[in-house]
Amino acid sequence: MTAFFNGEWPWYVAGPLIGLFVPALLIAGNKVFGISSNLRHLCAAIAPGKVEHFRYDWKRSGLWNLVFLSGVLIGGFLAAHTGAAHGIAISPATKALLSHQGIHGFSGLAPRELFSWHALLTLRGFVSIVIGGFLVGFGTAYAGGCTSGHAISGLANFQLPSLIAVFGFFAGGMLATYFILPYVIGVL
Amino acid sequence: MTTPSNIEYQECGADNASPARPVYLPLYLLLGVAFGYVLTRSEVLSWFRIQEMFHFQSFRMYGIIGSAVVTAALSVALIKRIGLKSISGEKISIPPKHLGSGIRYAAGGTLFGLGWALTGACPGPLFALIGAGVPVLIVAVASALAGTWIYGWLRPRLPH
Repeated sequence: MTAFFNGEWPWYVAGPLIGLFVPALLIAGNKVFGISSNLRHLCAAIAPGKVEHFRYDWKRSGLWNLVFLSGVLIGGFLAAHTGAAHGIAISPATKALLSHQGIHGFSGLAPRELFSWHALLTLRGFVSIVIGGFLVGFGTAYAGGCTSGHAISGLANFQLPSLIAVFGFFAGGMLATYFILPYVIGVL
Repeated sequence: MTTPSNIEYQECGADNASPARPVYLPLYLLLGVAFGYVLTRSEVLSWFRIQEMFHFQSFRMYGIIGSAVVTAALSVALIKRIGLKSISGEKISIPPKHLGSGIRYAAGGTLFGLGWALTGACPGPLFALIGAGVPVLIVAVASALAGTWIYGWLRPRLPH
């Protein structure tokens, strides 16, 4: 039991636990698990403007999901303060590769060289945080879902659109990993 | 407004059901807390893990995503088979996604993939990370909202 609360969870524990959120939300209220629609709900709540896509009753369709999302933030806080590892034990090969590219700090969940207030003012931090964030928002809205909605909910319900989207996720991710990130980390 | 003509733009997590009654909102909060906890402890929200995955240097992320899909698929199949009702009393149903030309899934998916690798996080993890001690990602969320807004504005002109 102490192993459960200390250190990283093995994949065969973490994966099924994540998968169980699909039936949990269906059973709770016939809700489809998917995080990125919250970005749309937030746009509709904050600044719908004259854009038809954001002119709908976000409270009616999205309040449950926004409440779920605020829970996610709290859950992250609780996990970080109750025994989550201070460093991620990535494979030595990845560590060597990233060091070679120019990452020197391996503590925390994300490298501080890219993800800190100080880094935000650097070009590589700006690309990682601001450009990356924009692509997450635009891409998930265009694709109509993210890792939760397409890769987990969608694939679990055998949806072809979700399979296409997941191929896209990995194509884009590998493109950035092999052709953009080495430049962002090492040159910018 | 999810009108029938709008169905081709069906979003994940959209209103496939009646709105949640306020009495159930604490339940969603609790489930969200659990999800954020699991995302953090499983390390799927870590930029380092995402890099390890895209470099194919560990089975871990593939094992997690794969076993999550299998668990979810088995659960959904079971729920359909026994015709389970939700706690709120509705018959459980999952609306199918409209394929259309498929362009939105390929193009949108690829653009999201670029952002996934750059930020090292998908939307859920972005929020969990803010809670878990990477507060600068509030800026990434603001930027993601800008991206979503621009999509909404461009939507009538984009191929779907």
